[in-house]
Amino acid sequence: MPTLIRREGAGCAWADDTFVTLEDEAPDPGGDVIVTLSRFLAEGEALAARPAGRLGVRLEPEDEVEALEGRLAPVVLVALSFPKFRDGRPFTAARLLRTRLGFQGEIRAVGDVLRDQAGFMVRCGFDAFVPSDGSGPEAWALAAARHRHVYQRAADGRAPAFLERQGG
Amino acid sequence: MYRYDAVDRAVLADRTAEFRDQVERRLSGELTEDQFKPLRLMNGLYLQLHAYMLRVAVPYGSLNPVQMRALADIARRFDRGYGHFTTRTNIQFNWVRLADAPDILDALAAVDLHAIQTSGNCIRNVTADPYAGAAADELEDPRVWCEAIRQWSSLHPEFSFLPRKFKIAVTASPHDRTAAKVHDIGLLLRRGRDGETGFEVIVGGGMGRTPHVGPTIKAYLPSDRLFSYLEAILRVYNRHGRRDNIYKARIKILVSALGAEAFAREVEAEWERIGTDGDLPRAEVDRIRSAFTTPDLGGAPSSGDFEARRAAEPAFARFVRNNLKAHLRPGYGIVDISLKGIGETPGDISADQMEVVADLAERFGQGDIRATHEQNLVLPHVRLEHVHEVWKGLAAVGLATPNINLISDIIACPGLDYCALANARAICVAQDIARRFEAPDRAEAIGELKIKISGCINACGHHHVGHIGILGVDKKGEEFYQLTLGGSGAEDAAVGKMLGPALPIDRVTDAVEAIVEAYLRERTGGERFLDTLRRTGDAPFREAVYADAH
Repeated sequence: MPTLIRREGAGCAWADDTFVTLEDEAPDPGGDVIVTLSRFLAEGEALAARPAGRLGVRLEPEDEVEALEGRLAPVVLVALSFPKFRDGRPFTAARLLRTRLGFQGEIRAVGDVLRDQAGFMVRCGFDAFVPSDGSGPEAWALAAARHRHVYQRAADGRAPAFLERQGG
Repeated sequence: MYRYDAVDRAVLADRTAEFRDQVERRLSGELTEDQFKPLRLMNGLYLQLHAYMLRVAVPYGSLNPVQMRALADIARRFDRGYGHFTTRTNIQFNWVRLADAPDILDALAAVDLHAIQTSGNCIRNVTADPYAGAAADELEDPRVWCEAIRQWSSLHPEFSFLPRKFKIAVTASPHDRTAAKVHDIGLLLRRGRDGETGFEVIVGGGMGRTPHVGPTIKAYLPSDRLFSYLEAILRVYNRHGRRDNIYKARIKILVSALGAEAFAREVEAEWERIGTDGDLPRAEVDRIRSAFTTPDLGGAPSSGDFEARRAAEPAFARFVRNNLKAHLRPGYGIVDISLKGIGETPGDISADQMEVVADLAERFGQGDIRATHEQNLVLPHVRLEHVHEVWKGLAAVGLATPNINLISDIIACPGLDYCALANARAICVAQDIARRFEAPDRAEAIGELKIKISGCINACGHHHVGHIGILGVDKKGEEFYQLTLGGSGAEDAAVGKMLGPALPIDRVTDAVEAIVEAYLRERTGGERFLDTLRRTGDAPFREAVYADAH
């Protein structure tokens, strides 16, 4: 049963997750893998040179997203971990990945991930979610589209209210 | 006053619908209380000792009569006929049913009110000088910036799960009526050398367990760069504020751990990276500013029989002395409405009283009502010729207590009568002190003296910045009270110093009286209580309170 939800256009859909999350000492099984930041920093070149399989990096809230600056070329996915849904650091990490580091791959929310945060997550640049509350893609699509207007610039390119107002 | 446009209304409608859905999922059991808690908190819904409490935001303390009447209606329909104004200039309803909360939010939304971000670890209701737009000593109307901050901080996608709550105050007068220096961010409007306006930015003030007067991290921030700078502060805090200990999670702990200079450097570095992309276009600031033009008050009006009545009616003269403040326009005054009637609960107001305030604001006050962080209300634009009628209207419903800034104008948190966190009661202590000093001549002779009472160390009653602060503590199941002296929430902000051992509840009012008597003995010339205390130090006061304990 799939557990991964991806943004698709304005909606959301179940998606197959081909990635395996690797612990630091675990042997590389080949195929698509997600490694920790420390493993990525230590073995980045070897990981980038793997003959098959794509590469993802997982950041814990205390990991500095700037550590990935200039090293994102082989990375197709960054997983940002919410040990508790109340931990707001991954929102900043996602926003900086998109707007400052220019990352265009998948940003995936993992851990304690609730649909009630969908709107904020999408605005900050997340486009994939592994919910922990049993919610499905319909609920995520609804929650993400809940607000017709926003007041701030973020990472989603939506025009904030102050620009909408100028436009007439 | 700012009026919601279609965008503001849509944001509110969408948010209210979202919360209705969340409440339904909670009531059906789909959401656990643990999952629901942060969601309800972001909508101002607390579970208190006896019931749910709903805290309604009053952005920068500004209400119109239609909104005030809607609050009265909610108090009658969903509560026990009254509401309670808080030190964040919000109003809370203490006896709410969870199932009613969505309907209350709909009723609020109908008059452009809401409970968004009145609790939870997010940016809370921004507060302003309650005399904004009317104060004779004001540089510029701070509400322009408050409204812009309200919008920027509402449902902020990046800063809604901060380490802890976050409070911002804005003032534009040399006399600080917002307690800006004990806020997470205090913005003091300044005039720059170029004639433009900007802000002195204070970060990391606060009360609670570890009170701090916040340091200035930027002496002058041009006002058109405000939002990129706020974003930088919040981002540094969101990333680096402590999340391992709720008592060390406020930004004041981060600022003092790093040191103000190092913190300021981090903010500057982040600010540089954000650049002007984070700022609000001038056109939007101008749009908001146009909503805050001083109401058309006409030419200087006659003051009618104001002076004659003042001379003839001592009770009216007393009200004028204590509750009427200088307006920037001749012929007008600012009327303070005390919610500190002797023997009443500080900050409480009945539905009937709300309606009278709404009527008076409509007839005589340009439809403008303010709430203050000292739990009072203000009619900021009243013609002097109408003050007498306003006074009579207020007196008819017990709202004309002439005690602004006097000893019975006490801030008190709800304490153990309502609050799940409290160690001790606060309301009855305030009531008892107010009764002791009920005689108005004596209260005026004592002069400005701010007593602030908290029922626990979280300091919602601002005891740290009370000239006399009173903190309730629990000693083996009994209520005791710790006295502090010398605090101030004004421009001379200071944290009060503990006077001595905590006292049992039945000795608190006697101790306050002993302090007052010592002040009256010691004071010279026109000294206020604080002036005398700063000159003499604690010793005479400690002696007065604890003499018989030797």
